[in-house]
Amino acid sequence: MSDVPLIEFKNVCKYFGQVVALEDVSFKVMAGGVACCLLGDNGAGKSTLIKTLSGVHKPTSGLILIDGKPVEFNSPRDAIDYGIATVYQDLALVPLMSIARNFFMGREPGKQILGVSMYDAAFANKVALEQLNTFGINVPDANQAVGTLSGGQRQCLAIARAVYFGAKILILDEPTAALGVKQSSNVLKMILRVRNRGVGIIFVTHNVQHATLVGDAFSVLNHGRTLGFYEHDEITSEELYNKMAGGKEMASLESDLSTLKAQIAAEPEQANA
Amino acid sequence: MNEEASSESATKSRLREVSLLSRLLNRPELGSVAGTVLVFAIFLVVAGDSGMFSIDGAFSWIKLASYLGIIAIGACLLMIAGEFDLSVGSMIGFAGMLIAIPAKYWGWPVWSSILFAFTGSMAIGYMIGYTVVKTRLPSFIVSLAFLFILRGLTIGLAITLANRTIIGGIGINGGLAEGDWLASIFGFVIGGPNGLYAVVVWFIILAVIASFVLLRTKFGNWIFASGGDANAARNVGVPVDRVKIMLFMFTAFCATLYATCEMMEYGSASADRGNLKEFEAIIAAVIGGALLTGGYGSVIGACFGALIFAVVQVGINFSGIDNSWYRVVLGLLLLSAVVFNNFIRRRVTGS
Repeated sequence: MSDVPLIEFKNVCKYFGQVVALEDVSFKVMAGGVACCLLGDNGAGKSTLIKTLSGVHKPTSGLILIDGKPVEFNSPRDAIDYGIATVYQDLALVPLMSIARNFFMGREPGKQILGVSMYDAAFANKVALEQLNTFGINVPDANQAVGTLSGGQRQCLAIARAVYFGAKILILDEPTAALGVKQSSNVLKMILRVRNRGVGIIFVTHNVQHATLVGDAFSVLNHGRTLGFYEHDEITSEELYNKMAGGKEMASLESDLSTLKAQIAAEPEQANA
Repeated sequence: MNEEASSESATKSRLREVSLLSRLLNRPELGSVAGTVLVFAIFLVVAGDSGMFSIDGAFSWIKLASYLGIIAIGACLLMIAGEFDLSVGSMIGFAGMLIAIPAKYWGWPVWSSILFAFTGSMAIGYMIGYTVVKTRLPSFIVSLAFLFILRGLTIGLAITLANRTIIGGIGINGGLAEGDWLASIFGFVIGGPNGLYAVVVWFIILAVIASFVLLRTKFGNWIFASGGDANAARNVGVPVDRVKIMLFMFTAFCATLYATCEMMEYGSASADRGNLKEFEAIIAAVIGGALLTGGYGSVIGACFGALIFAVVQVGINFSGIDNSWYRVVLGLLLLSAVVFNNFIRRRVTGS
């Protein structure tokens, strides 16, 4: 294992006019299959961070290093060329199209015949099913529409597609946010399987429990700033929780809620009306 | 681990039980094939001995289906890509004038005015497509504007340049197009005046090519992706705008093909040709399983949709029922097709 990080952010700032979206964000993902979790509440700057990672936004200041060398992304294309793949929450899947057609959408397999690029359906079906199977997802038919898959299966399909097309660093935007317990656990298993292949994972989430289940390192984002960088055994979930919410805010919420409860108890007739 | 495996096999077996029916239902053509069988059955009973199913009778509805099929194929691909083109009917009239005026009044050889018409109408198709993708306005409105612009232009130009709205004497028998190599490709007839017209051959060729492109090429996958979810398609690198513009040009091509074949058959161009054909094309595509919301449909289905149309139209004539009932039947067919398609979409998307 080398000690040069696969990707590193050094004091990255991003301003939109007067709005400070990211301030002094620093974190790193080590090479050799490490899952780094970026935790943050709504509005903490997760989306801006993802877009900066995937080349949609350019940082106002600060450095992005890949394999120790500073890089500059002028477009999402540049990030993709460095092997950075992003699975956004909308997954970029078309529900009406088949699994195989979605898997190869925009990158259809097949040769050119008389100047026409063919679509090799047999190959696409075979590879799509194989890839899903290696990650433990069993679907009977690659011609099945993606709309018939569960949310977790769709997430896994999008991840498998990114890995198949050569992702070295995989950014997952809230992959478990809209899922139930069982489907979330399938997605988390998938994340571990991908990590074991040596892919660096940036798991962006607000779910501390899911983060601690698969994460090797953690960074908490609050009001656009990173609050430290921790290895797995350096921090507990409670501490992560408190950092994410901000200890003070949590305490004030507790007192607010108890005041409200007392008020409701004092005015029962209004609550019934 | 065990739990996961057992639940997966449960899902699997559940899918297996319904697999035959579900596979049939997942074919977008199903509705239109069933509809074709139904209208054939009805007219075999009602008009079976009227000559509708004699060779002459059959050629008449096959020809009608071919004309409509040509524009239905264009409409179908465009609808799968998530857009509409309401200018098809006006484009038919316009393309006819683009052939007739240069051939008759400017002394162009007919082949060159046919090429001129294809170039001109496809340029307008490009313009419609470009306007739609750049403004992000619904294509329904943009092409509705062109429905009026093109119809007005056709009548206006015909009156200004030729001082009439019907230009005759261009036919392949004794008209200007006689002996013209290109015109004869669009105007030949096999087996006498009630025989097999060129339009039928063109329709079959177009159907085979379009269906092949849709199902077996990269571009076909892009058509489904553009209509299924344009944003998702863009995010994985599908050139959605280019796909849509090319399909608007293709509908213009289909309209011009329609116009050329019709003109060679009738020997004339008329400014009111193609009136309301855009709706018939869209209806045929919808009966053929295309969803109004895009992303789903079939070229073969649209061809069967066109066949249903033609059989109903000719069948009502042959069985001596008043012609106005034809529209009632079509309206009902359309309504049942949309309801059925909606059901299919919910099945496929699992919602």
